Amino acid sequence: MKYALLAYTKGKTPGGRRPREMHPGVAAVLDRPNVSGWVRLQPAESATTVRLEPRRTLLTDGPFVDSKEFLAGLILIEAENLDGALAVAAELQELDITAAIEVRPVLEQELGGA
Amino acid sequence: MLEDVFRDQWGRVLATLVGILGDIELAEDAAQEAFALAAERWPRDGQPENPTGWLITTARNRAIDRIRRERTLVAKTEQLQRELRDPPEEPMDDTVTFPDERLELIFTCCHPALALDAQVALTLRTLGGLSTEEIARAFLVPVETMSKRLTRAKNKIRDANIPFAVPPEHALPERLDAALAVVYLIFNEGWGDGRVNLAAEALRLGRALLELMPDEVEAVGLMALMLLNDSRRDARFRGGELVLLDEQDRSLWDQTQIIEARQLLERALALHGAGPYVVQAAIADLHTQERRDWDRIALLYRRLEEQTGSPVVTVNRAVALAEIDGPAAALALLDDLDLDSYLYYHSTRADFLRRLGHSDEARAAYARALQLAGSETERRFLQSRLNDLGQPRADV
Repeated sequence: MKYALLAYTKGKTPGGRRPREMHPGVAAVLDRPNVSGWVRLQPAESATTVRLEPRRTLLTDGPFVDSKEFLAGLILIEAENLDGALAVAAELQELDITAAIEVRPVLEQELGGA
Repeated sequence: MLEDVFRDQWGRVLATLVGILGDIELAEDAAQEAFALAAERWPRDGQPENPTGWLITTARNRAIDRIRRERTLVAKTEQLQRELRDPPEEPMDDTVTFPDERLELIFTCCHPALALDAQVALTLRTLGGLSTEEIARAFLVPVETMSKRLTRAKNKIRDANIPFAVPPEHALPERLDAALAVVYLIFNEGWGDGRVNLAAEALRLGRALLELMPDEVEAVGLMALMLLNDSRRDARFRGGELVLLDEQDRSLWDQTQIIEARQLLERALALHGAGPYVVQAAIADLHTQERRDWDRIALLYRRLEEQTGSPVVTVNRAVALAEIDGPAAALALLDDLDLDSYLYYHSTRADFLRRLGHSDEARAAYARALQLAGSETERRFLQSRLNDLGQPRADV
């Protein structure tokens, strides 16, 4: 079963053109065969939020949820069950670079065809 | 009584069905059908030789029939799909023995990924066989709220794929703690007043855990603890009023429960049990002695304090300390605690202050405790203490 690990970073992380250096512990996890995809995100200051107002779309500068911690990355993993996914999240959390990791089961298309 | 048989069988039957069907909701519906059928047939045709087997087989067959009828439901469980593709060679009958999977069910229901109130409700529903209405009544919430809570929990188990399994060795201590905490929470909910008999449910669950994991010493400790506390149930109230331990009529204490508890406690100690439940059981045992050994009680509270880091334990240690070194020393122990919303913190403080002759401060502390009292009996008890202190002096 697929799970998404949503990693929230604590406080500010410097953004910029050069990607931040990846923690070797994270890199090791991302290299595993049960990881099917991942993305890292620029800091929340770079976000633009799009909402639909009655007559027009409304843009606001900043993330949808305004908090000190922001969504910094997303990892897709394959795990046998929730415990398997939680174990990977706990391992990442122990690196002490994220404020928290939210584990969400991925809604998989049942009749996706091929 | 058929009802008693059903109560005893429900958790056992449901657990096996969850194992077969892979979905709690589906298993519940199937079990309900089988129990309804049993209620109709058994009084007429007599109880089958293997009631558990009969109930499981009947429920399982009903569930499969239903799924065959409603093909869309088939996708619900992979396991079942497999079974439907390869139907068992021999037709299932009620002589088949099914594995007892209650432990798997307990660990699913008490999974820390579920909110604690959901764990409690789900455990009572699935293992205790209580109806949603009964659980709602026990926790004083509207039936609809409880129903939503249960549905949400079952949905999360299904959608997030919370495993139906006994945790592996390395995760077991932590997960067992979570399960024991749920049982003890149920017990304590049922101890306060005479709503639905949750304490009896907790004792039943405790026994099941003990039967399923006889070597887990904290499960032994918890059972001893619950029995010791429950043994004083009839003595805790006189004419509807709360009676403190020292004033209780000891002849009302349930000796059978106390004897069983002491045997369990001995077993726990022989297994070198020294965890929080074993320590609490040992304390409860010391409290049932005619002459209370306050030094040992204080010592054990000290150990419990180190284990749990709970300020509530410190309040209890203060009570023991008051007996050893007097209320002034005990009061000093309470000073640093941050327990303003805890009733017993204030009632304990009030008692120390009263004994020290600080009536005005004692009155204030009782008044704060009164604000926090959850039940009428507690309120009346605190009010009578407050009345005993008399009116505040006006001649200041």
